[in-house]
Amino acid sequence: MTKQEALFKYTLRLGDNALILSQRLSEWCSNAPFIEEDLALTNFALDMIGRAQAFLRYAGEIEGKGKMEDMLAYRRSERQYYNNQIAEQPNGDFASTMVRQLFVSAFEMYFFAELQNSKDATIAAISAKTLKEVKYHLAHAEDWVIRLGDGTDESHNRVQKAVNDLWMFTGEQFEMDEVDNLLIAEGIAVDLDSLRPLWNNYVENILKTATAEIPKDEFMQTGSRKGIHTEHLGHLLSEMQYLQRAYPDATW
Amino acid sequence: MDNVQNTMSKEEALLAKFEEKTAAGEAIEPRDWMPEAYRKHLIRQMSQHAHSEVIGMQPEGNWVTRAPSLRAKQILLAKIQDEGGHGLYLYSAAETLGITRDEMIAQLHSGKAKYSNIFNYPTLNWADIGAIGWLVDGAAIVNQVSLQRTSYAPYSRAMVRICKEESFHQRQGYEIMAIMMRGTAEQREMAQDAMNRWWWPSLMMFGPHDTDSPHSADAFKWKIKRHTNDELRQKFIDKTVQQAEVIELTIPDPDLKWNESKQCYDYGKINWEEFYRVINGHGPCNKQRMDHHIRVHKEGAWVREAAEAYKSKQKNKSINLN
Repeated sequence: MTKQEALFKYTLRLGDNALILSQRLSEWCSNAPFIEEDLALTNFALDMIGRAQAFLRYAGEIEGKGKMEDMLAYRRSERQYYNNQIAEQPNGDFASTMVRQLFVSAFEMYFFAELQNSKDATIAAISAKTLKEVKYHLAHAEDWVIRLGDGTDESHNRVQKAVNDLWMFTGEQFEMDEVDNLLIAEGIAVDLDSLRPLWNNYVENILKTATAEIPKDEFMQTGSRKGIHTEHLGHLLSEMQYLQRAYPDATW
Repeated sequence: MDNVQNTMSKEEALLAKFEEKTAAGEAIEPRDWMPEAYRKHLIRQMSQHAHSEVIGMQPEGNWVTRAPSLRAKQILLAKIQDEGGHGLYLYSAAETLGITRDEMIAQLHSGKAKYSNIFNYPTLNWADIGAIGWLVDGAAIVNQVSLQRTSYAPYSRAMVRICKEESFHQRQGYEIMAIMMRGTAEQREMAQDAMNRWWWPSLMMFGPHDTDSPHSADAFKWKIKRHTNDELRQKFIDKTVQQAEVIELTIPDPDLKWNESKQCYDYGKINWEEFYRVINGHGPCNKQRMDHHIRVHKEGAWVREAAEAYKSKQKNKSINLN
């Protein structure tokens, strides 16, 4: 694997994580428990679309085949996507969306804090901007997880169920392969092993305050680094890519 | 008896003063005295306006997950967010009249409060998103520009702010139509199809002809309303026809033609039967829109309850600490 190939895959992964989660969050539009929350969730979706645009545009430049960000977003199939599986999980109820966001944003907070020091200037710049946004996403998510976890019996049970259901998707965020190792050596990528204890500690604290428990089962799903996904991604993409696929000659 | 007379004359004096103020074009603030009928009219109008912004998120939201480019998705999401923000802003402005958001939502669900009829039509292809921005927001702007000088100050201030954002939406909607008209044959077909379906309902947004408008008399006297439905409709038609011509969209009205002597367009007969049928619940999406709003509101109840429960738990904790 060349450095260029690794960098292409790495930036795709960064773009895909933002793109797929933004698609999920945008599904909340006109479906949130009250308008303020509708606006907040679509706002996060907007942040992530912006991030996806920036990373995918850069990925297209690195690849050097003249593909713009839309081409990468709308014309790739499931197996060519590298987002973590947690991003593609269906929204479920509001508790589930907030727990998913807590797991992702807590990771992203530590991750982009490191990645903003990347030796790749473009990645560093996008990361610095992203970090500011992620801090809001995290504050919002942890606030809700705590309130719901320590709210009513019903909300507590829903948070606990979401934690139980999503826990097995958290491990993948820390997985590294040849791409990571090659780019860590270049000072471009983040060593994810170093983030794991920080993330564990942070999430454990929030869940404890929320009176929720971490599942005993240590089984973790895996596959996205190789483009293996849950069944949900195919449906998400067929909806998202519908117009681009149905009218390949059209520009929008 | 004397007391009753005193109250009567006091009320009459207040009313005289109020009408003097509105006639002079002065603004009414929430703390000012106002006749009950004025308050009621405004609550009806402002809550309907707020509900329209919120219900309008549904037909546009219908295309968020299928927007054809990242930029298009960004613009659409940001637009819907603006609409939600307008809804919030208008609910708050209406609350200054002594009604809560919960009460307004309950009135929406019971059918007592209405929302704009236009959102009872479906968004069937991507060009519908263009048509909504260009035609529906375009029609709304004409109305809202006029409302910037409405007599109730919180409403007027809301309109000033809202108008700025709506004009962006209109341009973005027009851009979608323009791009599609420059595109493939299929795209042009979609754009024209959207135009055909949205043109007449957009004209209906201004309400019945002046001769048939039920709420108008007091609204004019108190300067809530400053232009008639027909005046505003004409203004909208005149500015929109030219925009359609530029991008070669056909307006689905064989009777539409420039009237040299009146210096405006003559237009065909509006199907008021359809208008009243849809207002009375028999439009393509009336049931769907209301069912959706009620379902989402119900499904969110446990979240709102949990937030309240958490708040009171924290309050008790801090009381116990003290």
